[in-house]
Amino acid sequence: MLRKIFIYHVPLSFLFIVETYAAESGGMPQLNPKFWISQIFWLTVTFGFLYIVLSKLILPKISANLEIRKSQILENVEAAEKQRKESEDKIKAYDKIIQDSKIKAKNYYNQVREKILKDINKKKESLDKDLNEEINKAELEIKDLKNNSPEKITKIAIETSNDLIKQLIGVEVNNSSISAIVEDLSKRNKREYHGN
Amino acid sequence: MATNPMHQFEVYRIGPEIKIGAIDISFTNASLFMVISSFAILLVFNLGSKKNSLIPNKMQLLAELSYTFVSKMISDTAGSKAKPYFAFIFSIFMFVLFCNMFGMIPYTFTVTSHIIVTFMLAAFIFIGVTIIGFIKHGLGYLKLFVPSGVPVVLLPLIVVIEIISYLSRPISLSVRLFANMMAGHTMMKVFGGFVISLGIVGGWLPLSFSVALTGLEILVAFLQAYVFAILTCIYLNDALNLHH
Repeated sequence: MLRKIFIYHVPLSFLFIVETYAAESGGMPQLNPKFWISQIFWLTVTFGFLYIVLSKLILPKISANLEIRKSQILENVEAAEKQRKESEDKIKAYDKIIQDSKIKAKNYYNQVREKILKDINKKKESLDKDLNEEINKAELEIKDLKNNSPEKITKIAIETSNDLIKQLIGVEVNNSSISAIVEDLSKRNKREYHGN
Repeated sequence: MATNPMHQFEVYRIGPEIKIGAIDISFTNASLFMVISSFAILLVFNLGSKKNSLIPNKMQLLAELSYTFVSKMISDTAGSKAKPYFAFIFSIFMFVLFCNMFGMIPYTFTVTSHIIVTFMLAAFIFIGVTIIGFIKHGLGYLKLFVPSGVPVVLLPLIVVIEIISYLSRPISLSVRLFANMMAGHTMMKVFGGFVISLGIVGGWLPLSFSVALTGLEILVAFLQAYVFAILTCIYLNDALNLHH
């Protein structure tokens, strides 16, 4: 593209140069050496000044600015990364705490449950035992009563019948004969009762 | 006189005549625009580097973008060895760019449209690069003129061509910039003259052309500065990393 511009411009410009050369005796002012030395001098002064100021004062500052920005951005990125890691760690720790406390709570619950169950069992057992004892006692009493009651009844019956007979007839009856009759009767009753 | 398209390149003295012996170093309009360009560059980059905020303001952004642009250009073309010459190439680029751009303002003087200015810059670069080459490689720098992989029969011819091309570097570098600037400004002046001479009836065509040309010239002004700087980098690359 540059070459194209160059090729297009140069012949055209030379046309004009020829034209102006005809119009004015001066021709191309660029080729007039009158101010060459002056231009070289001022070019050296201005460009030298520009170069020195740029290279000593301004460019190092710009480069430092760029470096500072770069390092600052890197630092920020690093800090962000660090914080991200920290927050991740914290989330992990938080999760762990929650997990641990869950397990703890479960364990505690289980323990308490077991303890309560044990207590209940213990109490139940002791209660059962007590009950059994009571029942046994009652049963024994009942058995005792059962065993003793016929004899007592028989005895009472004998005595009562003896008294009755004595008062009714005024005759002393032999105890043993009465008891034989009472026993016979009570046996019959018993059979009837148990026969049910 | 004012319609003469070459009149804009006239150099004239401003202020008193300054003479050292027989040498005339008077301050001219060319000198004035060199000074203006230099101070404009310093102003812009001073403002751009004064405050260092993490988020750059406009001037800072401009300065830093220019800095990274030139720095990338150098590292792309001449590698990391060219870092010490960064300031010089940056100054060259900015100086040529600002001179070209100031020339785009009407009634100003284009410093770079003078062959003596561009030739001095190019000659300085040429001599500097040659000295750097000889310092870095000694006489081995002459290997630059002997490309590898060339048949022995062709070698004398190639060496001569290489030497001529090397020696013509300052001329091509300076003439490229000078001719581009001069031709562009002359063209614009000529079309401007056509606008006046053709009047209100026929003047619209050269006017529109002139407008388009202004855009093109601004592009050329940037492009020539860039080309000047990048060719400097390429020459420097030859001197620093000898690989022909």
